[in-house]
Amino acid sequence: MPEVKLTRRQFFQVTGAGLGASSMTVMGLAHAADPVFAKPNKLEKTTETRSTCPYCSVSCGVLMYSRKDASGKLKVMHVEGDPDNPVNKGTLCPKGAGILDMIESPNRLQFPEVREPGSNTWKRISWDEALTRITKRMKADRDQNFVAKNAAGVTVNRWNTFGMLVSSASNNEAGYLSAKILRSMGVVALDTQARI
Amino acid sequence: MTNHWVDIKNADLVLIMGGNAAEAHPCGFKWVIKAKAERGAKLVVVDPRFTRSAAVADYYAPIRVGADIAFLGGVINYLLTNDKIHREYVKNYTNSAFLINPDYGFKDGLFTGYDEAKRTYAKGSWTYQMEDGFAKVDPTLQDPNCVFQLMKKHFARYTPDMVSNVTGTPKDQFLKVCEMIAETSASNKTMTILYALGWTQHSVGSENIRTMAMIQLLLGNMGMAGGGVNALRGHANVQGITDQCLYSEVLPGYLSSPAEADATYEQYRNARTPKALRPGQMNFPQNFPKWFNSLMKAWYGDHATTETNFAYDYLPKRDAPYDIMQIFENMHQGKMNGFISSGFNPLAAISNKHKISAALAKLKYLVVIDPLSTETSEFWKNYGEFNNVDASKIQTEVFRLPATCFAEQDGTFTNSGRVIQWHWKGADGPGESKSDQEIMAGLFTRLRDMYKKDGGAYADPILNLTWNYTNPSNPDAAEINREISGKALVDLKDAAGKVLVAAGEQLAGFAQLVDNGGTACGNWIYSGMWSKAGNLTARRDPTDTSEHKIGQSLNWGFAWPANRRILYNRASADINGKPWDESRTVLKWLGDRWGGSDIPDMRPNAKPEENVMPFIMVQEGVARLFAPQMAEGPFPEHYEPFETPLARNPMHPNNPKATSNPASRVYKGDMEVFGNRKDYPFAATTYRLVEHFHYWSKHSDLNAIVQPEMFVEISRELAKMRGISSGDRVKVSSIRGHVHAKAMVTMRLKGMKVDGQTIYHVGIPIHFGFKGLTKPAQLANSLTPYVADANSQTPEFKAFLVNIEKA
Repeated sequence: MPEVKLTRRQFFQVTGAGLGASSMTVMGLAHAADPVFAKPNKLEKTTETRSTCPYCSVSCGVLMYSRKDASGKLKVMHVEGDPDNPVNKGTLCPKGAGILDMIESPNRLQFPEVREPGSNTWKRISWDEALTRITKRMKADRDQNFVAKNAAGVTVNRWNTFGMLVSSASNNEAGYLSAKILRSMGVVALDTQARI
Repeated sequence: MTNHWVDIKNADLVLIMGGNAAEAHPCGFKWVIKAKAERGAKLVVVDPRFTRSAAVADYYAPIRVGADIAFLGGVINYLLTNDKIHREYVKNYTNSAFLINPDYGFKDGLFTGYDEAKRTYAKGSWTYQMEDGFAKVDPTLQDPNCVFQLMKKHFARYTPDMVSNVTGTPKDQFLKVCEMIAETSASNKTMTILYALGWTQHSVGSENIRTMAMIQLLLGNMGMAGGGVNALRGHANVQGITDQCLYSEVLPGYLSSPAEADATYEQYRNARTPKALRPGQMNFPQNFPKWFNSLMKAWYGDHATTETNFAYDYLPKRDAPYDIMQIFENMHQGKMNGFISSGFNPLAAISNKHKISAALAKLKYLVVIDPLSTETSEFWKNYGEFNNVDASKIQTEVFRLPATCFAEQDGTFTNSGRVIQWHWKGADGPGESKSDQEIMAGLFTRLRDMYKKDGGAYADPILNLTWNYTNPSNPDAAEINREISGKALVDLKDAAGKVLVAAGEQLAGFAQLVDNGGTACGNWIYSGMWSKAGNLTARRDPTDTSEHKIGQSLNWGFAWPANRRILYNRASADINGKPWDESRTVLKWLGDRWGGSDIPDMRPNAKPEENVMPFIMVQEGVARLFAPQMAEGPFPEHYEPFETPLARNPMHPNNPKATSNPASRVYKGDMEVFGNRKDYPFAATTYRLVEHFHYWSKHSDLNAIVQPEMFVEISRELAKMRGISSGDRVKVSSIRGHVHAKAMVTMRLKGMKVDGQTIYHVGIPIHFGFKGLTKPAQLANSLTPYVADANSQTPEFKAFLVNIEKA
């Protein structure tokens, strides 16, 4: 293997998204004339991104390697542990090691769908139809069941015929936004996996 | 965790109980191995099963499911009887010296003030004796009403014989564990406790943990490197979502949410702004008005001012509990119309699957937001024996919206050690999938537009919600992160008039928050994560900045609060500010301020002689060995699981009111349908496998290959009793439902002698269901009971009764 000509500082700079070249290229290992392996390294022309495994709360650092597929979508094609992360130091357990198969699972949802009352099937619909129908339901429900004041005349501004379970796999930003939105609507019936 | 993952390497003793870190947190477990390899630390595992954590332990002791308080209470009794406590620490840093109201008492398993009909306690007698507005203390710890003496008396009943009788742990093994734990009472030795759902998922879950917290206080292990009480949590961002407070009782930053009793802003604020109970204590929660007012400025901007009481009335007021079991109980009673289930699979994850299924069928509309196709989204669909429903009879309109996953988003997760780490988007989501933010913003902006156009129920809180995002339909994670961290709205000046933070600039932290509307901050405990210096959660310098290399990477990410890595670190030094263990210094008094290996969890210039005590988040300033805030008592007590294999609570054989948690909520009609020990003679528990994550990883090919099929674990003795061989198909049933599975007959479980009978466990991995790439199976929660902890309302998944037979 050719020598890795990279200082420690340069190595730490090989991070973040959008580099346009994998660390293999930066380190001078790509395109190296290798007498044994004629095929190019599969990580060539990938972008390296730092992320966090979504499974348990060790929250291992992972490195994801992605490139665009034929349709122009950026796809992850390799995941490994992040050796810089002081907690997991590059290791992944069986769950994290299989994370690519979750990202690429055949059971990934792709399109909004509705199951009409009493039906046995899903029907694909547009985002606009889905969000509009849901919002109409929510507004009708809130208009009918919102309690502005209780029997004692105290302002309560509460809507308790509607609720939400927020995911513990959501990032903090999505979670906070949900808290803000739900409270503004008067929702009190909200919970998350932290409960169980 | 009060401490953090890498800090585990600093322990002298690692206790794994109520958890199985080697299998559930494998990459974090390396720090246990490090502690053993580099410090000669010992690993002790106490578990119903000989798990893989036990397989690498220095000592393993078995315990019956649901008997942890008896075991830990026995440890407390051992420590007090043998004077194996850190005396100086206990005297100065706990409420051991506080005097209790002489009306407080405990008899036959019940504390004073019990209301049997309501299943609650009136706590009027669980109070401190007061003088001049402060709690009275006896520093000699001799007064019979002082916490120390009351605690001794309470735990005197937890003798080694009693412990062995209740837990099934052989007496010599229990005593060996006590001896090993007791060694860490030395001021330079620490124990860490690593626990998880084996402690939380019980009707006495909170008290399981509390008993351990008492042990750690008696040993002087809180605030120390390699010490603490460390919950190994479950999802990459369960800590973060808990901190953003997506549950009914709280607003972001653990601000208790308004209830009907808080009719006015003044009542709300005053009830949550406590006074110090001892002279000179920080009583940090006295800053509540700064936190709440800054949150409301973030949410309502110019509509939240001193004149409008910071838009307090906009917030909904709770009239009842709305935790997940109550929500589904309400749903089951037909009281709910609509529901959004986002990244959560309640049909699989909540106890009593049949009840959840019936509840969902009563909704008018259900919205499921998820990256994957879950059981909940198809609760209406017939999957034969795995989900036996008739779609034509279920009128729920179900929407299923495709969400992006972690790899396809920017944003932060907070790990179990409170470290907030930014992650970057590395892929586009499949098909038309959208992020959670975009979906929620899409619903919100549409709803708001409908209210603007058409009017309807009172909508000012919706119309006036601050929504200044660059793209209102898809707020950017960076914008939201900055909003959570907080900014100045006016120039913030110091006493001399110098501008510390200019209007519009990000704050350095929560110390800069004000209560007069000058600051906006979405979550005070996260304040400072995006400061003037930029996005501190994106920092990636792993360098250990500590003097003794105890694993403090202060420049990797940002920990809450204030980048503090070890909580209560003032307690790592004696009352003069000298570290208890100078080879693992966390904090010390430098002569004019506190400093060391961590951000001080103390006012930086608090001189030791001012006696400002380390537990700054409670009014006492010292930690609570006596804790009247708990629902079932100020001291922990052993109560049986609601489905117990025993005829009685061996500690209170003559008082049926004290068999199980007297304060746990039991719904009408549920008490009668707890399983009985005749029809369901075996003690079942649920747990996790190293190859799978909840109901999620069964959609991942590699993980489905290595663990493809539902199985249950039973001892050789139980197998022989029922004529079952390893690999046989069996039926496991509870009073609520059944599952079919392959039997795994193992030596990892053994019959245990408890209260004159032999208890057999049945171990049930949870990960299988009717969606995914694994072989279809009934959901494990078809079996589990609908009863929970009296404080947290966490269901009792870990101790219930089943029968098992060859199928």
